[in-house]
Amino acid sequence: MAQSIQETQEDLIEEFGLFDDWADKYEYLIDLGKKLPNLPEVFKTEENVIKGCQSRVWLHADKQGDQIVFEADSEAVIVKGLISMLIRVLSNHTAEEIMKADLYFIDQIGMSQHLAQTRSNGLLSMVKQMKNYALAFSAK
Amino acid sequence: MTLDIQKIRADFPVLDQQVNGSPLIYFDNAATTQKPKSVIDALSHYYALDNANIHRGLHALAERATTAYELTRTKIKEFINAPSSDQIILTAGTTGSINLVAQTFGRANFSKGDKILISNLEHHSNIVPWQMIAEEKGAIIEVIPVDERGVLDLEAFRNLLDASVKLVAVNHVSNAIGTINPIAEMIQLAHAHGAKVMIDGAQSIAHLDIDVQALDIDFFAFSAHKLFGPTGVGVLYGKRELLESMPPYQGGGEMIKEVSFEGTTYNELPYKFEAGTPNIADVIALSAAIDYVNALSKEALFTQELALLAYATEQLSTIPGLKIIGTAPDKIAVISFVIDGIHPQDLGVLLDKFGIAIRTGHHCVQPLMKRFGLPGTCRASFAFYNTFEEIDLFVKALRRSINMLQ
Repeated sequence: MAQSIQETQEDLIEEFGLFDDWADKYEYLIDLGKKLPNLPEVFKTEENVIKGCQSRVWLHADKQGDQIVFEADSEAVIVKGLISMLIRVLSNHTAEEIMKADLYFIDQIGMSQHLAQTRSNGLLSMVKQMKNYALAFSAK
Repeated sequence: MTLDIQKIRADFPVLDQQVNGSPLIYFDNAATTQKPKSVIDALSHYYALDNANIHRGLHALAERATTAYELTRTKIKEFINAPSSDQIILTAGTTGSINLVAQTFGRANFSKGDKILISNLEHHSNIVPWQMIAEEKGAIIEVIPVDERGVLDLEAFRNLLDASVKLVAVNHVSNAIGTINPIAEMIQLAHAHGAKVMIDGAQSIAHLDIDVQALDIDFFAFSAHKLFGPTGVGVLYGKRELLESMPPYQGGGEMIKEVSFEGTTYNELPYKFEAGTPNIADVIALSAAIDYVNALSKEALFTQELALLAYATEQLSTIPGLKIIGTAPDKIAVISFVIDGIHPQDLGVLLDKFGIAIRTGHHCVQPLMKRFGLPGTCRASFAFYNTFEEIDLFVKALRRSINMLQ
């Protein structure tokens, strides 16, 4: 049985709880970004670009059985680290679970500044886009 | 005149704070400058003691507010050496001023096939308003190219000039890379071909001496907030015969002489272009910003900024893989740079963690970024209140950020 969205969020909160200062936290985030596999070039289409990010971010979603699988990429490694966490939390869940998900871990691990409504921060757009995919798949 | 930087810094309350646990280092002055206490006090003084609508009331408060508001206009006139205060139109910002010229001068003067020359250095605010009116009028926009250093190609400019050019709209200084354009020469060349010239002075007003008469500028625009004044105030200077021949822009109160349902006669300059209740408090506070700069002398401030630019350029050049974008011989204290294999956004995020404010991205000059084949850059822009120690801390934080990202 796979982990629930809540369980994964708790895991992330615990992992980030190990860091004393922001630099360690960001080094970990950068590491997550570097480890996230690159999105195959065929999916790096204009259609998959998330608008509203200072760096280009691509998000691809696929339905496997009743679950949605996300893959994503970005030119900026910190953004890629953030996406990597979102994928870990939301990928391989049903559309309904994704739509209902309350992503409280972002605030808990001290990354809520990336949710700010400025044009340079795309985390909010990423979350929105992932939920939009879930909505679109559930309507099919 | 030697500046006492520590004393100057004490005039800017915002600089004295910690950001993410470190003292704030503010290197985003090209986006907006910080405000001295005298400007902040002028705003609060106005609302606490003088608040009234201007120009129409007979009472004491209206009188005081009107006098203070018109005093700013006089100070702006002197600051840019305009011949008369009624050629100073108060707007919401540089963008507002450019749109005003596009929608009035442009509407009255552009016809099918006419050319508007802009440059590859322009901010979107000095591109889009011209595209909008050009589309409406069937006019054509042509672009003066820049070389690898970010310097305008004057030879190409000469070749683009002919009798069909109605307007040349260029910035005095590039916001993204700091190039100072040779506007005196460009204005002469344009005038020789019968074209009018609009100068976007958003990035020059705080740093360079502006004499609209000596330069023979037709239209000059700038924003108060880039001159240590409040946001929401802009200036449009225009030659009298041009402003008088232009139709009004927005309709409403203040801009009229007489209104009836049969028709309206318009007010005189500058009120013809100032419909509605203006941004009274911020206009009044701009006076304090002009006084502040005058008291210290623009020349002394710019000398200090150029010293910061030279030092930062030298220090940044020691970082492996760092490339400075924009190496014009004449620059204001703006450094745009990229680092091999690192996205500007990542650097912006990490530097913020060190309490350092720089700008990353396309800086609202996508065509210029395209020219250099870049999605964006990191931009550090200095003001006279910045210090050499801050540059040292910035370079140290930058090295640490690069290590984290590589």
